[in-house]
Amino acid sequence: MAIAIVVVLLVIGSVIFHFASPWYFTELASNWGMIDATVDITFWVTGIVFILVNLFMAYSIYKYRHKKGQKAEYEPENKKLEIWLTVITAIGVAAMLAPGLFVWGQFVRPPDNSAIVEAVGQQWHWSYRFPGEDGVMGTVNASLITPDNPFGMNPDDPNGQDDILVSNPEVYLPLNQPIRLNLRSKDVLHNFTVPQFRVKMDLVPGMVTFMWFEPTRLGSFDVLCEELCGIAHHAMRGKVTVVERPEFEAWLNAHPTYAETAARAAGNRDIGQGLYQACAACHGFAGEGRKELNAPKLAGQEGWYMARQIRNYKNKLRGVHPDDIYGQQMAAMAGTLVDDQAIANVIAYIETLPDEPAPVTVTGDADRGARTYETCAVCHGESGQGIWALNAPRLAGMSDWYLAVLLAHFRDGVRGAEPGDFYGAQMAQMAKRLSNEAVINDLVAYINTFPVNSPARVSQAQ
Amino acid sequence: MAYVAIADRDHEQHLHDPQTFITKYIWSQDHKVIAIQYSLTAIFVGLVALVLSGMMRLQLAFPDVFSFIAPIEYYQFITMHGMIMVIYLLTALLLGGFGNYLIPLMCGSRDMVFPFMNMLSYWVYLLSVIILLASFFVPGGPTGAGWTLYPPQAITDGTPGAGWGIMLMLASLAVFIVAFTMGGLNYVTTVLQARCRGMTLMRMPLSVWGIFVATVLGLLAFPALFVSAVMMVFDSLLGTSFFMPAILDRGEQTAFDGGSPILFQHLFWFFGHPEVYIVALPAFGIVSDLISTHARKNIFGYRQMVWAIVVIGGLSFIVWAHHMYVSGMNPYFGFFFATTTLIIAVPTAIKVYNWVLTLWRGDIHLTVPMLFSIGFLFTFIHGGLTGLFLGNVVVDLPLSDTYFVVGHFHMVMGISPIMVVFAAIYHWFPKMTGRMFNQTLGKIHFWLTFLGAYSIYLPMHYLGILGVPRRYYSMGTTDFVPESAQAMNIGITYSAILVGVVQLVFLVNIAWSIFRGEKADPNPWKANSLEWQTPDTPPKHGNWGPDLPVVYRWAYDYNVPGAPEDFIPQNTPPDALHPAGRDHGKAH
Repeated sequence: MAIAIVVVLLVIGSVIFHFASPWYFTELASNWGMIDATVDITFWVTGIVFILVNLFMAYSIYKYRHKKGQKAEYEPENKKLEIWLTVITAIGVAAMLAPGLFVWGQFVRPPDNSAIVEAVGQQWHWSYRFPGEDGVMGTVNASLITPDNPFGMNPDDPNGQDDILVSNPEVYLPLNQPIRLNLRSKDVLHNFTVPQFRVKMDLVPGMVTFMWFEPTRLGSFDVLCEELCGIAHHAMRGKVTVVERPEFEAWLNAHPTYAETAARAAGNRDIGQGLYQACAACHGFAGEGRKELNAPKLAGQEGWYMARQIRNYKNKLRGVHPDDIYGQQMAAMAGTLVDDQAIANVIAYIETLPDEPAPVTVTGDADRGARTYETCAVCHGESGQGIWALNAPRLAGMSDWYLAVLLAHFRDGVRGAEPGDFYGAQMAQMAKRLSNEAVINDLVAYINTFPVNSPARVSQAQ
Repeated sequence: MAYVAIADRDHEQHLHDPQTFITKYIWSQDHKVIAIQYSLTAIFVGLVALVLSGMMRLQLAFPDVFSFIAPIEYYQFITMHGMIMVIYLLTALLLGGFGNYLIPLMCGSRDMVFPFMNMLSYWVYLLSVIILLASFFVPGGPTGAGWTLYPPQAITDGTPGAGWGIMLMLASLAVFIVAFTMGGLNYVTTVLQARCRGMTLMRMPLSVWGIFVATVLGLLAFPALFVSAVMMVFDSLLGTSFFMPAILDRGEQTAFDGGSPILFQHLFWFFGHPEVYIVALPAFGIVSDLISTHARKNIFGYRQMVWAIVVIGGLSFIVWAHHMYVSGMNPYFGFFFATTTLIIAVPTAIKVYNWVLTLWRGDIHLTVPMLFSIGFLFTFIHGGLTGLFLGNVVVDLPLSDTYFVVGHFHMVMGISPIMVVFAAIYHWFPKMTGRMFNQTLGKIHFWLTFLGAYSIYLPMHYLGILGVPRRYYSMGTTDFVPESAQAMNIGITYSAILVGVVQLVFLVNIAWSIFRGEKADPNPWKANSLEWQTPDTPPKHGNWGPDLPVVYRWAYDYNVPGAPEDFIPQNTPPDALHPAGRDHGKAH
């Protein structure tokens, strides 16, 4: 008896939950309204079946619950009823399948006027490539990927020379332009999802997959990876920003072609030495860092990392938060490096400075820190050597007090919180676990145990 | 020499009676003891997986609060939880446990056809469980690749347990498949060759039909998993490239080239989809018998039910790629697989109608097994209907890899089969132990489990529609997930913990009742099928005393007009007081 009432209440409750709960599709931002319509049809058909079958069941339980002297009917089969129910079910299924297949027919064939864009996935970042003026993507090969050629472009392919490379997890797309998004992975499976676009597809290493959509709403939308890709899967984020075409063109033209990146002059250490004099005041003439001036050690840090941070300071992605006093100082100083060439020059000089381990100033329980570091090791390396491919800087032998300050900053939203600082945001998400200063000190104490010239580090330098 | 049915050779059979405590309870070849060994092991390992799910829920509700759940552990927990629940609990319990116990008793056999192999099956299964659990104690811990174990990530460095963990997982699966094959060949052969006189195929209880067809599915599907496990071991240890294209592993070039990650997915789901029915079909069969018995009414449309089981089993082999709509396979496959998948809804819906129509004009006794059976119906209807979303390729696009999927498959192959498992344990407990369980505790267990489980999985569907992805250690900040979703996550976690703790009520009830429960009647539910007609309760070795039973009717002669009682057991010959009922299948 109670069960019959509960079944009825659950049916009513589920229907109320469906209509009253605040959780439903995000506002559509693409042409795929037809997908939403198909979902609605499915909800109506299945909802009606859910209500009818359960209410019939509840009524049967109520009406035919055991009473003294009750007999059940003996009716092994009822061919007519069985055929009737089969036919009705088949019609209901066809009512859902037919529109579904029709819409899928649209999805498998991108329109002829689609613009081609490529999204490249890697653990745990996005980057993008546009075909450039010739409208043809150059060929790529995973075996060609190096720090200087992160897209694995084939240098001999003329089609690839004008390809525009976006080494950033954020991509701009023009409004109302059908996009054929080619998908490629450097390492494992990933999945490109923008919930507001409704469509998604896996990235499969070794092949190029695709999907298409037409952005129909201005705005910025999160890109999520929705295929488990390792321990930072949940932190593999990007952004699609949909803008009017002129703004899109301007954004696109601000990015280098492959030919430009390949021809980019290497940094000049002699010019860099002159530029470095401004840095030396705080960071020291040997780049050794000076704690009393809150300037960390630079010598031995990965060049690509320092270059990105200088750009971040210049682009107001870092040193903006009111609590980041020393970061604000650095942001002002970074302005003295006028362009990418200046940055490359000063980095080239810093790379010549002697890499002496920074003094140990933080103490803690290294054994406990080792447990915490298991997560960090995946990106920063087992001995803190840093891994360029994962956008993770070196930790070993760097200023330990600075690591401790920065970890707290990441955790507390002082660093990595500026929109557009995707790599910082990723670190911020990972640092949320460092619940108190003791945990941070233990972790840094463990990092202090790493040898500076570890074999892993030497091999990578070669 | 002409073939002589095993039932007719009964008197020539030598019964390998157990001699000592060890041969009776440990190295036992008796299908009933093996069934209980299988069940206890499966329930034990299932409790481990239950605890893991509790830890996952703690992290999701209170991100970054528990220091022992870092991303590494979280991904290890989801992987081990999923694999244990699907393979080592549900498959082992429904086939190794219920299959072993019920097939010989319901078919009127003395034992499985190959008792020694049956015993070996259990011990090899136990070995696979030990290998699996050992991965918690090796360097790097168990694999965190997700229960689908997709390469390349399953064997590359960015995934927890990519060394020892994944190897032990693959080894354990291979060993499990060996165990399953030994058991499975036994079940199939026993059903086909060792039924007693009069037990035609179309008189078999639906429990046996469900278990039988599920076993056939398993024997055909598990080899695909076996070879993919072997190939992945080769890729990892020998450097072959079956599943591995040219890739970078944490920035380092690898020597892999030319393999296909999608090949693994095809192999995995060629096993993985039938696996859903390997779990579901025994549950379908068992619940049919339970509903009929406790509603005191014949199962409605028996022949249709049998054919539905067979057709679902057959179709289950041509729908696998509906798990791969967004995998990057040729998108034109979507048309075929969406169509076959939605066709499978028709026989499945027919089964649901027939269960509900069995209640209609019945004499429904709301016993604990009946309550759980109704719980199954409600959750299965829900889970089956949400399957129509995910099976319809274009509807799957926004929902794939979100919490909608998690809600769907937990409802349809987690909660609903578990409802049947509980119903079945309560239903056959008096036969297995000779004692009754405590009804009040049974009802408490039902209500809290049923309502708690629904409140876990219903909201998950809506998180998925919102766009919350599955397999996320934490959501972090997004522009589309509102604060309220986190409140919901906390609510789900409280429900999950409640449901987890409530299982103690079940364990206490079972443990207490085995020793202190009321003595049970040999046929307390007044059921028709043969297992309730044994001369002893619990049945002794050999099951039937000196003579095998003879069957004269199907198992569903409840409330036959003209009969003095509301049930007529299968071994009752037709006479003036016991009308033949529905008896289209004549005894041979």
